[in-house]
Amino acid sequence: MADRSNGFLFPGVRRAPSRFRNPLAQYRLSIGQDCDNCGLCVQLCPHGVFLPGARKPRLSSPQMCAGADCGFEDYCCVGRCPKRAISLKPNPSFELLGDLRWTAELLASTWHMAETGEIPHQGWNYRTGASGGGFDKLRLLFPPRKGLYFNEKDISLSISLNRTGDGRPQIEIPVPFYLGGMSYGSISIHAMLSRVRAASCWGTFCCTGEGGYPDELIPYDEHVITQVATGLFGVREETIQRVRIVEFKYAQGAKPGLGGHLLGDKVTPSVARMREAVAGSALFSPFPFHSVYSVEDHKKHIDWIKQVNPRALVAVKVSTPTDVDMVAVGSFFAGAHIIQLDGSYGGTGAAPEIAKKNIAMPIEYAVPKVHRFLTNEGIRDKITLIASGGIRTPHDMAKIIALGADGVCLGTADLVALECVRCHNCESGRGCARGIATTDPELTGLIQPDWGTQRIVNMYSAWMKVLRSILKRLGMKSVRELVGRWDALVHLDHLQPEGIQGELEA
Amino acid sequence: MPPKYHIETRPVPNRLPPISRSGVVAWEEGCLKCARCVKKQCVYKVYETRKLDPSQMRESLDFACKDCFRCVQNCPKGLIHKTLDPKFLALGDQYWTGEIISRLWFQAETGRIPVSGAGYGGAFSGPGFDSMWTDMSEIVRPTRDGIHGREYISTSVDLGRKPMALCFGTQGELLSPTPPLMEIPIPVILDKLPWSPLSKGIPQAILAAARALGTLAVTGPGVWEPEMEPSKEAALWSLGQHSEELPWWLAQGLHLVELEDGPGVLENQARLKDFNPEIIVMIRIQLGDESGRRTLELARAGAEIIHLKADPWGRHRGESPRFVLQAVREIHFHMVEAGLRDALTLVAGGGVAMAEHMCKLIIAGADAVSVDVPLLVAMECRVCRRCQDGLACPAGLEDVEPRWGAARIRNLISAWHNQLLEIMGAMGMRDVRRLRGEMGRAMFFEDLEREFFSSLGRRV
Repeated sequence: MADRSNGFLFPGVRRAPSRFRNPLAQYRLSIGQDCDNCGLCVQLCPHGVFLPGARKPRLSSPQMCAGADCGFEDYCCVGRCPKRAISLKPNPSFELLGDLRWTAELLASTWHMAETGEIPHQGWNYRTGASGGGFDKLRLLFPPRKGLYFNEKDISLSISLNRTGDGRPQIEIPVPFYLGGMSYGSISIHAMLSRVRAASCWGTFCCTGEGGYPDELIPYDEHVITQVATGLFGVREETIQRVRIVEFKYAQGAKPGLGGHLLGDKVTPSVARMREAVAGSALFSPFPFHSVYSVEDHKKHIDWIKQVNPRALVAVKVSTPTDVDMVAVGSFFAGAHIIQLDGSYGGTGAAPEIAKKNIAMPIEYAVPKVHRFLTNEGIRDKITLIASGGIRTPHDMAKIIALGADGVCLGTADLVALECVRCHNCESGRGCARGIATTDPELTGLIQPDWGTQRIVNMYSAWMKVLRSILKRLGMKSVRELVGRWDALVHLDHLQPEGIQGELEA
Repeated sequence: MPPKYHIETRPVPNRLPPISRSGVVAWEEGCLKCARCVKKQCVYKVYETRKLDPSQMRESLDFACKDCFRCVQNCPKGLIHKTLDPKFLALGDQYWTGEIISRLWFQAETGRIPVSGAGYGGAFSGPGFDSMWTDMSEIVRPTRDGIHGREYISTSVDLGRKPMALCFGTQGELLSPTPPLMEIPIPVILDKLPWSPLSKGIPQAILAAARALGTLAVTGPGVWEPEMEPSKEAALWSLGQHSEELPWWLAQGLHLVELEDGPGVLENQARLKDFNPEIIVMIRIQLGDESGRRTLELARAGAEIIHLKADPWGRHRGESPRFVLQAVREIHFHMVEAGLRDALTLVAGGGVAMAEHMCKLIIAGADAVSVDVPLLVAMECRVCRRCQDGLACPAGLEDVEPRWGAARIRNLISAWHNQLLEIMGAMGMRDVRRLRGEMGRAMFFEDLEREFFSSLGRRV
């Protein structure tokens, strides 16, 4: 049966294994000298860890190994090997992966989803990280079963990006997400193409970021959001007229209140051409727009874009100051269709650590604050509220929608799908050693766009499955029903077990 | 407008290889000797510069490696692995973590702000300083672009007592006395160290750095050396509880003197003022249950500067333990309520480990902060505190060369100054004097948590 949402056919999953020889696995398996190549392990393992080999089986996919969790199963290779030749040890490198937000298990889970399009079977926590607050302390609360039986595939995931009723196109996307701005220059053209093509497969959008609109993206114009930011790099009338959505970036969560900064090393001749700048010299994208110091100025900006492109919707990307609710309501009255609140857990490129950690409020507080304010003002259903900067999993997505967003904007998850290890060195030297956030021609070649597209498609395929199963357990037939449903969430620090009814998410 | 404040920085190399979070383990056994070995393809060229450091028995690549995992993932025999370095885990303690220490080293070495890609990877919030976020401006309020130098942000603060009103005579002549006031270009003074190996070089380095920065370093009779004479103008002489100990030869050139709080401290202050009316007196109070009341009392009685000091972990002494941030916030409020806040200067310190702590203490109500342990860390201290037990310093701090140490501290404070500009620029502030007590531009974990999450999972 076709996997549809409102008539949209979900893109197909094809296996897209790691592009490196040794996938980063949690366990190190080894087959000792005693092995007589009986092939039992190849036959037994339901996860496809082994492939037949000439002298002994080949350990082709150690990342699929469920490790200790497998020990009680009758297909466990370690226990069943007639020669006891297989040994299993933890992989020391695995411990070093990730950070508190993206734990090793979360990274490995995301890689698994990008490879297979499935939820990981390895027993990893693919729902939350270990940051000790916000998303990682929020849990979904499923109501007692009400006997709502419907097919998961009938659950609609689509959201509307124009709710203003201003006569501009009614753009709906079949999934509650689009992909956020990462500029050409901060990521490679291959990574960019992978993202844009994946967005087009999903019938949604991908933003160019502030780095110009490379010609390679022209075939996907219908799925591109072009960004107008303070540096106006590569912004031309023609690029604004090409697209269906134009995004104003007022601020970004990774460096709220601070300008963008592309180090000189990354300004290669091609980047310089795209941005109409000089190769090798650092590029500052100032903060703020010096033409905007009020809501009236802001409206003038939006009117300008609407004039240049009469069919475009306008999105406004802002960060989360104390008065983020005022900013949101101002954007609404200035005529924006979409307001995107950007939190500080995302972003490529160089950002001062002091800014990422300390400036502006976490997205988990900003979304309910804005949602509540817009609701009280009676305009909540006239604007699309998008959350970004820290959405790592389909669970985060469900939680932030329940807190009040209509949908989310994603970026870092895509990079993880492309095998980012979150070493945080995007900005240094020749750029990302893994060929994602770089413009170095040799490193760029580490990613092939076909492979990258498939990885991102696969990951979101798994996400959408999870999101649907969450909605089903909540008894909802559309993701739009989840918006602002604070009652579908509990916070572990404030939970009173006797105060809730229903089943808590694991 | 005063001339723009600028701190000269230059790279000042480490003396010892820094300790990094992880190391590389590469087995030779089973190596295929590939013609295109993954080690040769390292983007950061760490294997080319690799050498064994004989004093540490450690491969130098451990700290050059940037954890990209390319070699780990591409070695055909899987012979390369990364592992946590136990030395890194052993750095410092729960408060002075390895992350904090290694970032301080980086700033002291380079003078640059720590910058990284791929978003914030740390904890959601935490105790103490981590329970607070600062504000930013967009659309409805302007920001200031301070860091790239397009707009000027002043970080100068005044030390001393200010008259709350001025009286003029019939001819327009000023009748009210004007107490001495000193302006320093950064809201930081370098405090005496809670622990330190015995070394002549350390106090010299700190004082020389203070002089180069235009600020003050707390120093005193125990550590004074004739070599420090040229930096005398930066000395903030600490007298303990006895004003008699001020040497006459020093008193004429000094701007500030610190007295420990105690009975008779105000008499001592008066005695010093008699001796040299231009001297400003700072009274040091160990933060505790009584410090709020005491600060108010001293403020009413004419104190000029109060230095509120918590322990090196930001803790406050007494029955109801508080973190320095909360304690300063409360005292600031008391003073505002009493109508005395603008009369005197509050300097706060203890547990200030990162630039953000400085910014947050100022937002909580301090005019300036005092920094101690980071000065030692700038000189490669590992916060092991063995020196407290009289043991030798593993980082060889006994033999610190003063010029090297001063340059490292200058780099560190320059990086902090730039981070202060980032925080203020994002808030749209042009003057650090206005940042003081601006709690409306800060967000607190408790408040936000109560507002948005406390009802989730409760019957309301």
